[in-house]
Amino acid sequence: MKILVCISSVPDTTSKISFEENDTKFSKAGIQYIIGPYDDYALARGVELRESLGGTLTVLNVGLADAEPQIRKALAIGADDAVRIDAEPTDSFFVASEIANYVKDKGFDLILMGRETTDYNSGVVHGIVGELLGIPSFSPVMELKLEGNTATLAREIEGGKEKLEASLPLVLGCQEPIAEWKIPNMRGIMSARTKPLAVIAPSSEALTSIEKYELPAPKVACKMISAEDAGSLIKLLQTEAKVL
Amino acid sequence: MSVLVYTELADGQFKKSSLEAIFYGSKVAAQVGGSMTVLVIGSAADEELAKAGNFGATKVLHANAQNLAAENIMAYSKVLSETAKSLAATIVVSAKSSLADAVMARAAGALKAGLVGNVVELPETSNGFKVKRSIFTGKAFAETSITSDVKFIAIKKNVLPLEETSNSAAVEKLSVDTGSLTESSKVLETIKATGTVSLPEADLVVSGGRGMKGPENWQALLDLAEALGAATACSKPVSDLDWRPHHEHVGQTGVKVAPNLYIACGISGAIQHLAGVNSSKVIVVINKDPEAPFFKAADYGIVGDVFDVLPKLTAAVKAL
Repeated sequence: MKILVCISSVPDTTSKISFEENDTKFSKAGIQYIIGPYDDYALARGVELRESLGGTLTVLNVGLADAEPQIRKALAIGADDAVRIDAEPTDSFFVASEIANYVKDKGFDLILMGRETTDYNSGVVHGIVGELLGIPSFSPVMELKLEGNTATLAREIEGGKEKLEASLPLVLGCQEPIAEWKIPNMRGIMSARTKPLAVIAPSSEALTSIEKYELPAPKVACKMISAEDAGSLIKLLQTEAKVL
Repeated sequence: MSVLVYTELADGQFKKSSLEAIFYGSKVAAQVGGSMTVLVIGSAADEELAKAGNFGATKVLHANAQNLAAENIMAYSKVLSETAKSLAATIVVSAKSSLADAVMARAAGALKAGLVGNVVELPETSNGFKVKRSIFTGKAFAETSITSDVKFIAIKKNVLPLEETSNSAAVEKLSVDTGSLTESSKVLETIKATGTVSLPEADLVVSGGRGMKGPENWQALLDLAEALGAATACSKPVSDLDWRPHHEHVGQTGVKVAPNLYIACGISGAIQHLAGVNSSKVIVVINKDPEAPFFKAADYGIVGDVFDVLPKLTAAVKAL
């Protein structure tokens, strides 16, 4: 089994977002970066499959050198080797092209990633990769089992889930509860230091670019209603907020 | 410039988010001086599809081959990309949904089109093509320019207030050869809650957290949801504990909702939860802890016991 897990390096969920250079650039100062929460689920399932079926697990990141701590963490969790494509991942098509260009002719059976990244939230990279490689893609996938060349998976649909069967190779956008997040152990952390991490130059072009960032308007103070008089809230929602 | 709108059906009717996409598409077409076509895949009556005209469409292409009845990402994206090609569409619009994300992604891949999701306003087309989209799970916005010839945009819910007319659209059958794509996967089982309001589509949402103290206490929340005609949701701990199904989980790693009204019952408001609800128009928080961080993100708050407050709200809704 040859597995590729694509990870993003994103600001920790609790980060305070701010911008600089006249709101044209994301401010990285003081930001703690993490493996994308959805990608972390994909990685965890990839490691489980690698452990039970054998083969290799490669982790790929499209990002700048400051993503390397997150790549090393993925190696510590259980990936065998890593690839970083040296570019800022701001456009979905660009990131997908880079992944597809890397994957081409390498014979991966399974390409896993999160359903979306938590920075730009587009949720489309897996689909574009699948199309560019001419293989099926599914997302959001919440269960994955393999038997020989056949994958049985559950895809979340509105109000439930759909179980389906498809043949490898596949590209999957993953989400919980596909696996539990894994925490690296000391042995993993030590061995990750010497695992190979290749850096490759990008070869495609972005089709979108961000011109300006903006923060939402500050929230007005919360209007408190006493619990005794809770029913009066409904009138306010109807006449003041006009949402009923 | 010609605009193509990819739409979705639920029980043979346009989803509300798809009507929003049609309305948005018609505004974009008017802005760029082009025509707009609506694409719909699946089974529905012509009279229902003609309703796209109420929201600005003049033409609906209906692909309803038998093998397209079940959701199929590979086949649907092929229908979308082939239709976009044959119409020479330069702007493809959809409402964001988990299926639409997957279908739009593949079609954009096939057409080498730049794709921007979570769009919250009409595009700026006077100088290039720019859209404003929500990023960092609702914590910021980015004005993004799309430079490819074909542009794909997926809009968030509630972007424009819908305006309805009595016009109707012409419905034409569309046949696209999807080859063996529908056989690339086999559906084994579909498990779907029936008779409930779809959460991502809902205008009103009532949501419960650990403060509900156990799945056996959910009735008070369900009663309020029923009285309002609202969808029900929950926080991550609640779905992790299996008190409620995973598809109700709202938050950073769950469903992101953008209803007109979100009522949070016994949810403290962890930042991961807020990430899933911060696009709601009005947020009501009910919590017995006055220090619960959720009050900072709320429009209306009640400090009190949810089991005391919920029945009062339900009674007040019934009295409207």
